[in-house]
Amino acid sequence: MLRIACPFCGTRDHSEFSYGGDGSVNYPALDAALEAWHDAVFLRDNICGRQVETWQHVHGCRMWLLVERDTMTHEIFSVRPAHAGLATVLEATE
Amino acid sequence: MTRFTAWNVFWQGMTGQKGWSRQWRDPAPKAHYDVVIVGGGLHGLATAYYLAKTHGVKNIAVLEKGWIGGGNAGRNTTIVRSNYAQPGNREFYEHSLKLWENLSHELNYNVMFSQRSHVALLHSPGAIDAASRNYNTMRLTGTPDAEIWDLPTLKRAVPHLNYAANARFPIIGAAVQKRAGTARHDAAVWGYARAADARGVDILQNCKVEGISRDGGRITALDTSRGRITAGKVAFAVAGSTSLLWQMAGLGGLPIESHKLQAFVSEPLKPLLDQVVVFGMGGAHFYISQSDKGGMVFGGDLDWYKSYAQRGNLPIVQDVAEAAMSVLPCLGRVKLLRHWSGLVDMSMDGSHFICKTPLDNLYLNAGWNYGGFKASPASGWWFADLIASDRPAPMIAPFDLKRFERGLQIDERGAGPDCKLHG
Ligand SMILES: Cc1cc2nc3c(=O)[nH]c(=O)nc-3n(C[C@H](O)[C@H](O)[C@H](O)COP(=O)(O)OP(=O)(O)OC[C@H]3O[C@@H](n4cnc5c(N)ncnc54)[C@H](O)[C@@H]3O)c2cc1C
Ligand SMILES: [Zn+2]
Repeated sequence: MLRIACPFCGTRDHSEFSYGGDGSVNYPALDAALEAWHDAVFLRDNICGRQVETWQHVHGCRMWLLVERDTMTHEIFSVRPAHAGLATVLEATE
Repeated sequence: MTRFTAWNVFWQGMTGQKGWSRQWRDPAPKAHYDVVIVGGGLHGLATAYYLAKTHGVKNIAVLEKGWIGGGNAGRNTTIVRSNYAQPGNREFYEHSLKLWENLSHELNYNVMFSQRSHVALLHSPGAIDAASRNYNTMRLTGTPDAEIWDLPTLKRAVPHLNYAANARFPIIGAAVQKRAGTARHDAAVWGYARAADARGVDILQNCKVEGISRDGGRITALDTSRGRITAGKVAFAVAGSTSLLWQMAGLGGLPIESHKLQAFVSEPLKPLLDQVVVFGMGGAHFYISQSDKGGMVFGGDLDWYKSYAQRGNLPIVQDVAEAAMSVLPCLGRVKLLRHWSGLVDMSMDGSHFICKTPLDNLYLNAGWNYGGFKASPASGWWFADLIASDRPAPMIAPFDLKRFERGLQIDERGAGPDCKLHG
């Protein structure tokens, strides 16, 4: 079982999370050329090794996370909120 | 190579089985081949066979990094069917089923193809309507053996299912394809290997492609663990490793992700289940049949996240066990014997690719996931045709890499560009 250290909830089994996909995909501007959208939606580097990917903590805080994982060994190197600065914003409003 | 005939089998039986020869040779790699096929799974071996037989190509090699059939060809749950509804898929899989029907003869090798029926359970009137639509489509497009069974018919044919009226998803009927069934996967691998070898194909095991040399838009040579091999034409048929080879050739991204699929086999039981039974409802996905040795062979969904490890995760084991208990509660005390996983190519629409590539002499056979075993005879047939003639026949024209640009995906499940949702 993969265990993911959610920055908001702590370390949990991956069955609490839902896998999003390749987190390195950069979506183009809405009015970008069709080819740019085609590449973002359909093409993947399909990395064997370290990849940044998105997971959502659906049975926890429901936050989207960026997880850096080795797709062969399943070792997890880092976990951070998908939206930069979100943690600081949350702390500030507490 | 000694042919299998009733007389030979009898005679060898009388003389201590000492007169059989090797089933295929173990040649040293040559410096050059006209066609090099990378991947000694079913798709690669079938392609080599049809290239040699139908198209008369003489100088062919199949390169396999491990042993042939050590990949998904030897890891699948062996279901063969052609009950697809999308144009493109249905003709292709029906052609494959027809090839299966004569495969043992064709290869002079018993692939144990057993047309025992594929029974997909239905749990709601809406599901019956949807299945009827699919099955009418099949009947209208050349697949005559589609049927919808009502509950009494189903109970007579498959008596051990959980028919409880208060089940979470009560069974109310089934969609059935009668010519569907199972085959012995290893036998298909060995049969194609033996028949290809007999026509002069070099099967090179322990021969891993580690580097690819290009001269502009062509591949000139492959660097392998058994030396450098130059090639006239190169064909990839490496299942879950497609992206790795694609990048070795310097070609960038593909509409493919590597995922893994698990399978399970129980201790052998006396005859219990005559058909392939499939249960898919409310997120559950489960398929089961009984092998000729008596083991219950079953499987479920992908592992839900991308992975290159040929090692399954535990939540799927639980998921599959729960589905098994809800459909066939009589399995509750049966012990699991073995459990494994295979690395499959999930494409963005769940369908495959048999096509030309941006390089002049490189051909691609990829994107196989749940359906790649049943597809292997037709896949080899049409891939060989593409390599030999250098133009896609109408049968495979829809299965190219550009279909996403055209907006013409072949999405049986309607799951969109999300690999883990296809199946
Ligand atoms: C658990 C499971 C259950 C399945 N159940 C079914 C089913 O019931 N029905 C069905 O129709 N399909 C099923 N499938 C799908 C089917 O098994 C596959 O789609 C199909 O076998 C893939 O084609 P193949 O046989 O050519 O692949 P493989 O046998 O995987 O062949 C690819 C080969 O390429 C080799 N290779 C990779 N990289 C290199 C390299 N660099 N150099 C040289 N060689 C290399 C690999 O070692 C491998 O042997 C299942 C798959 C799995 C994993
Ligand atoms: Zn959380």
